[in-house]
Amino acid sequence: MSEEITIDANYRSPAPVRAGDEPGSLTRVFQQLVFTVDHKKLGLMYIGAGLLFFVIAGLLATLMRIQLAFPNNHFLPPDVFNQSFTMHGTTMVFLVGMPLAFGFANYLVPLMIGARDMAFPRLNAFGFWVFFFSGLFLYFSYVGAPGLYAAGSAPDVGWFAYSPLTIKAFSRGHSTDYWTLSLLLGGIGSVATALNILVTVFCMRCPGMTLGRLPIFVWCMVVLAFLVILALPCLSACQIMISLDRYLGAKFFDTQAGGDAVLWQHFFWIFGHPEVYILIMPAFAITSEVIPVFSRKPIFGYPIMVAAVVAIAFISLGVWAHHMFCVGMVSLANAFFVTSTLLVSVPTGIKIFNWLATMYGGKLRFELPLIFCIGFLFQFLIAGLTGVMLAVAPFTWQLSDSYFVVAHFHYVLIGGLLFTIFAGFYYWYPKAFGKMPDHKLGLWHFWLFTIGFHLTFLPQHFLGFLGMPRRIYTYQDDRGWDTMNLISTIGVAFQAAGILFFVYNLIYSYIWGKKSGDDPWDAWTLEWATTSPPPEYNFAKFPIVKSRRPLWDAKHPEDPDWKHE
Amino acid sequence: MNYATTENPADWKLPSARKLGILTLILAESALFTIFVVAYLFYMGKSLNGPYPHEVLEFPLLGSLALFSSSGTIFMAERCLHAGNKPGFSLWWGITAALGIYFLYFTGAEWHHLIFEKNLTLATNTFGTTFYSLVGLHAFHVIVGVLLLLGILISALRGRLHSDHTEHVEAISYYWHFVDCIWIVVLTVVYILSVRVPQ
Repeated sequence: MSEEITIDANYRSPAPVRAGDEPGSLTRVFQQLVFTVDHKKLGLMYIGAGLLFFVIAGLLATLMRIQLAFPNNHFLPPDVFNQSFTMHGTTMVFLVGMPLAFGFANYLVPLMIGARDMAFPRLNAFGFWVFFFSGLFLYFSYVGAPGLYAAGSAPDVGWFAYSPLTIKAFSRGHSTDYWTLSLLLGGIGSVATALNILVTVFCMRCPGMTLGRLPIFVWCMVVLAFLVILALPCLSACQIMISLDRYLGAKFFDTQAGGDAVLWQHFFWIFGHPEVYILIMPAFAITSEVIPVFSRKPIFGYPIMVAAVVAIAFISLGVWAHHMFCVGMVSLANAFFVTSTLLVSVPTGIKIFNWLATMYGGKLRFELPLIFCIGFLFQFLIAGLTGVMLAVAPFTWQLSDSYFVVAHFHYVLIGGLLFTIFAGFYYWYPKAFGKMPDHKLGLWHFWLFTIGFHLTFLPQHFLGFLGMPRRIYTYQDDRGWDTMNLISTIGVAFQAAGILFFVYNLIYSYIWGKKSGDDPWDAWTLEWATTSPPPEYNFAKFPIVKSRRPLWDAKHPEDPDWKHE
Repeated sequence: MNYATTENPADWKLPSARKLGILTLILAESALFTIFVVAYLFYMGKSLNGPYPHEVLEFPLLGSLALFSSSGTIFMAERCLHAGNKPGFSLWWGITAALGIYFLYFTGAEWHHLIFEKNLTLATNTFGTTFYSLVGLHAFHVIVGVLLLLGILISALRGRLHSDHTEHVEAISYYWHFVDCIWIVVLTVVYILSVRVPQ
């Protein structure tokens, strides 16, 4: 393939090398990172920064699990515990989940639609740097937010910062302001990147890449971008309101002056629930690419898969108050939000069945990406079932704010999202670096992480049934919670070991991995049509697409897809 | 790799990135405004203390007229640009910017009156909070719009506006029309609806 790449007239050769500026030198690498507008570099930077914050937030979670391992433990003081769960949640949602999604979208969307870059490359760099500095800003609170009690104070109001915890009287110092301003900043970056993705997909497709032929990955990213465009500004509005309350004495959420604390909950969850679907969208995207390639079959029911994603996104805009069944809404509101939430399970079920139908009768190749996706299918099913349970208002009245809820959304975000993110890492690693990830190390990663994940979060369902509330920093020893808390903490060690294998694999394969060639998985989407790693201009000649599997057509001219579609 | 095809790539048409970009931005801005409008509607008639809307708000007739007519003048400017009439473009575009600036002056005078004579500030009551944040958010967008208008006006007067800038001009006019549409909502909710709600 590579020898057919011809340099076209628009391609400019790199500038001549100046002294002290040779490739590989530290200044050169630094310059390349800071000045780049290349979607592939920015994508990898998004993913790298997301991994960095993932490790930090994972360490915070580890600290909390150590604290909860035994009753009456005094490993962490209560105020540090409050800061830890706030920072853990905020980081995982805004500095891990979304950047990883944007990273994969940035790297893959232009390649998959046969474009040379995003529609607005400089806006793309802007989005990344705004996100990155919003993350640094949030963590600067540990050293730079002189609170009332200590020199450093991180935000401690929970990741959804319920009012009136955030008003000046209850949150002295500046810790809440760090949270507020960081999310306001990050929101701007997210909207910029989402806008860029949307415009790229609609305005930059190569000839023949009609909307009906887009890879489902790209469709999922379009839906993700739409949700970001609609949801993130609501969060920005919330942050503006908190800032006005705290600095200019506005009364939005000041209950003594007629403000309404429940209004905050509505405003936050109008953003917050679509956000959940923003986070799970990469899981749908990656699974829909990996399962067909490793089952050697085209995706089952392409149009209905796309319709299901769109339907999930649409319904997700009208389910926010299922987070608020316990605040005492009128029965009609409860009924509406129960119904709309239950409705989500229909398109989600369609997706699960279609993935299974894609695998059914396929010639399965148990490579690492498929293994992680199979893990995803099982775990996401459990997450969905507990989700259906929590959608029923009386059930939530019993278990709201308990560890059952914690278990539910960690099954979604780890068992669902993170497993597919790992699948995506192993699937596209050869494309980004030209080396194969090591299979054996990957298996260690899979089994350690899967065992650790279930050890940690399966018992938390039962802890919830036994009445253990979330966000408590310790508990008495007569509650019957100690064994399962200990098991839960032991699971963390397995997860951490799995992550170590994962990170080691990334480095090991980069240095010692086998050369992968351009298309090691015998895949069908356009990113595999160029070299690994792709040149800066992606494609010397724009490909021309005639079906949903352009590379199948190219490899099998005797029986191309477009004859059947 | 051989992409033999019968489809002609020359027939491949895609929407303009700039236009779709500005429309997407408008969608995001609409979501932002929605929350502030809902906050205003939610707190309507719920202020614990005065002053109340019906006591202090006057219908902003001149400001609204200026803003609404600026949508017409920017349309005229665009027509001149498409017809290649550059002086006409600068004239209509300048009038648009002037109308925008007049609207800002009008809002400033209104706020001065409310703050210093009616003692209504952001911190007075929930009416003050939601009023200043909603109208202020809109005024902020007008300021951004006026800056964009002036930027284009300066380059037009210096003779640097060319035919390949029509999309830039169109994008700014989309934004300006959007700012206008938001004012219709604000006008209806704040100056027509809330002054009729009993406290």
